[in-house]
Amino acid sequence: MTLAGRIHVAGAGVISAIGNSVEETLHSFRNNLSGIGSITLFDSVHKDALPVGEVKLSNKELEVRLGAKQDLTRTALLGIHAAREAVKASGIDLSKWRTGLISATTVGGMDKTEEFFDDFNSDPKKGRLRKVVNHECGRTTEVIADDLGVRGFISTINTACSSSVNAIAFGARLINHGLLDIVIAGGADALTKFTLNGFNSLMILDQKECRPFDASRSGLNLGEGAGFLVIISDRVKKEGNVQTIGYVSGYANTNDAFHQTASSPEGRGSFSAMQKALAMSGLNPSDIDYINLHGTGTLNNDLSEGTAVARLFGERYPRLSSTKASTGHTLGASGGIEAVFSIMAIRHQCVFPNLRFEKPIPEIGLIPQQQFEAGIKISHVMSNSFGFGGNCSSMIFSKD
Amino acid sequence: MAVYINGKGNISPQKTWGDEPLLLSPLDYVGNKLTCVQPDYTEFVDVRQLRRMSRIIKMGVAAGTMALRKAGISVPDGIITGTGYGCLEDTGTFLTKMVESYESALNPTPFIQSTHNTIGSQIALLMQCQGYNQTYTQRAFSFENVLLDSILELKDNPAQSILAGGVDEITDVSHTIQERFGIYRQDSLSSLALFKSNKKGTLQGEGAAYFVLSGEKTSHCKVSLVSVATFYKPGNNLRSDIESFLKSCSLECGDDDLVLIGKSGDFSPDHEAELISSSLFPNSSRALFKHLCGEHPSASAFAFWLGARIIEEQQIPAIVLERDANRPLKNCLIYNPYFSNYHSFILLRAC
Repeated sequence: MTLAGRIHVAGAGVISAIGNSVEETLHSFRNNLSGIGSITLFDSVHKDALPVGEVKLSNKELEVRLGAKQDLTRTALLGIHAAREAVKASGIDLSKWRTGLISATTVGGMDKTEEFFDDFNSDPKKGRLRKVVNHECGRTTEVIADDLGVRGFISTINTACSSSVNAIAFGARLINHGLLDIVIAGGADALTKFTLNGFNSLMILDQKECRPFDASRSGLNLGEGAGFLVIISDRVKKEGNVQTIGYVSGYANTNDAFHQTASSPEGRGSFSAMQKALAMSGLNPSDIDYINLHGTGTLNNDLSEGTAVARLFGERYPRLSSTKASTGHTLGASGGIEAVFSIMAIRHQCVFPNLRFEKPIPEIGLIPQQQFEAGIKISHVMSNSFGFGGNCSSMIFSKD
Repeated sequence: MAVYINGKGNISPQKTWGDEPLLLSPLDYVGNKLTCVQPDYTEFVDVRQLRRMSRIIKMGVAAGTMALRKAGISVPDGIITGTGYGCLEDTGTFLTKMVESYESALNPTPFIQSTHNTIGSQIALLMQCQGYNQTYTQRAFSFENVLLDSILELKDNPAQSILAGGVDEITDVSHTIQERFGIYRQDSLSSLALFKSNKKGTLQGEGAAYFVLSGEKTSHCKVSLVSVATFYKPGNNLRSDIESFLKSCSLECGDDDLVLIGKSGDFSPDHEAELISSSLFPNSSRALFKHLCGEHPSASAFAFWLGARIIEEQQIPAIVLERDANRPLKNCLIYNPYFSNYHSFILLRAC
C-alpha cells in the first residue's frame, strides 16, 4: 500500500532510564551513558541479582512534577510525562482538530495490581480496590487521554514488545484514510515484579549489564519508560504552519508463526517486516542510513534479527545499534521510545551507541555502532520491534 | 466499500454455533455470572496442544476455526483480535504463584500466555499465518477497533480475508474482584428476566466470536459491515455524534430498521440509553442482547454475530425483541454503551 499524503512527525516526547526528556536523553547518548543499575523502586528477592533500567524518578516525584492524582499507576504516570512533552513540542492546539490517542502497553496497571494481590491472596475480601481499578491496559490510555484533553478516539494495542510501532502505524493509517487529523501515538510500560519474574522464569535475563549483538551476550535487562510522537496530516501541517522533523515513510506488521516465545533461526518474520516496510517506503536497503535494532541481548533474538538484517542488507549494511544496552528492554514502550530516538537521529544527524560491544556474533559478524557519532547524513532510519507471539514490526522514518 | 462477513464463529453463554435455528432454546442462568457453553475442542485443536492452552485461548482458537471453516478458508491473510481483559486466567495464576512462592521456581508457561496477543498469535501459529497480526485492548472499544482496522486493511487491499474477533473470559479471581466494585446484581434468579425489573447492577458475561471479513463476497454471504465508530466520553455531543455517524453512512436516524441496544440491566445507564434510542430511533425495531451474553468488554462481538444472524433470517427472535416495527431487516445498527464513558456504533447491512 502507499500513503495518500505525508504523515508528518510534529513532536516527540520520551522518558527512560537515560533521561526524563528528549534533551536529557540526547545528553546521555552524547556521553555514552548507561541507565542500567540496581532495582530501587520495589522490593524483590531479585533486587541485587538482576540489573534493570529504571526511570530515575519515584512515583511520588512523578506525581509532583505532573501535578497528578495519587494512586495513578506508574505506567500511566510515565505515559503522561512523555505524551505531554510530545504535545508541547509540537506546539499544536489539539482541540482545533480531530485528535486521537493510540497508546501501547503490555503491563498496564500491573504495578498496583501486584500490591493488591499481596493482600487479596490471603483473603479475597482484602486489598484496596483503588489499586486494581486502573489495572486494564485500556485504562492507562484513558488516563493519558483525560490528561491531554483528548475526547473521541482512543485505542490501545498490546502485541507484546512490538506494540508501540503498531500504535504509530495504526495512527498513520487513520490519518491516511482521512479519519483523524492528528494522532498522539506511542506507548508506556513500567517495571513490575510480574515482568521481572516472568522473564526470569524464562531464564533470559542477564545477571550483568546486557550486551546486545555481542558474542558474549547472555540475556536482556528489563527497563521502563514511555515514548510518544505527535503525527499529523498534510493539512494540519499547512494550515497550522507546523514545523515538522520528519515523516513516517513505511511500516509493516508480520508474524513469525514459529514459536510462542522464540524467533525462527532465519528471522523469517523480522525479515519480511523489514522488507515490506522498505517496499512501502519505496526505498532500497542502501537508502537506510541507520537501523535502531530490536536487539534485546538474548541469544535467540540477536541471532535471528542479525541473520535477517545480514540477509536483507548484505555486506554493506548501514550503521546500526541497539539502544536497549542504555535503556534496558522497555517492552511495550520500546517501539515508542525507539521511534523517538529515530526522530532524534534525523533531527540531530547522529547515531547512538550500542554500549558494551566487544566481539561480533560469529555466525553473522555484524559490528554495531559503538560510540555516539554526530555530523553524519541521516535521511532514513529503520526501527525494529519484535515480540512474543511472533509479532514482528518495522517502521521507517525519513527526513523532511 | 463494502466489507463482507463471509464466516462466523461464536462461543458464548448461549448455544451459538452449529446449524441450530437462531436462539432456539435460550439458556437461563441463576446468579450474576454467565459463562460460555463450550464446544468439544478436539474438533478444532490437537489434544496435545489443547493441554497447554488456557480456556480463553481454546475459545479463541475454536471460534476462529469455526469462522474460517464457514468461509472455506484455511489460512487468513491477517488476524486481528480484540480483548478488554486479555488472558486473565494465566495472569492470575502467575501472580498467585509469584506471591505464594516468594518469587522462586516459577513455571514460565502462564507468564508466556498472559499477554493479550497470545490468542491471536496462537491462531497464527496453528494456521501458520505469517501475515498481519494485531491485538487491541481498549475496554469495550476493543472489538470496534478490530473492525475499524479490518475496514482500513480491506480498503487498501479488498481481496484479503481477515480473521477479526473479540474475546474475553471470566475467571474466579476477576469475578470476585469485580463483584467487590458492586457492578453486578446480587440476587438474580433468572438472566433472561434481566430487563424485567428496574434494579442496580448487571450480570457478568464472556465470549469469543471471530468473523472472516473480506472485500470480496462469497456466494452464501448475506450481510456486510458498513461502518463503525467509537466515542470516548462524548458527553452532550453524543446525539450529534450518532447523527453524523449515520450521515457518513448515507443514512438518517429513521432509516435503521433494527437497533440492537447494549443495555446492561443496570437501570441508571439503561435509562440514558432508552432516552437516546426512543428519541433517535422512534420508528425502528429495537432489540436487546446482554441478558443472553452478559456484560463484558467484547459483548459487541456477540451483538455483531446476532445482528448478522437476524439479517440472514429476516426475523427477530422473541427473546431479544423490545419493540417490533415490522420492517424488513436491511440496516441493523448496534449501539453499545459501556459503563457510561464508552459509546460505540456498528452498522450492518443486508447484501
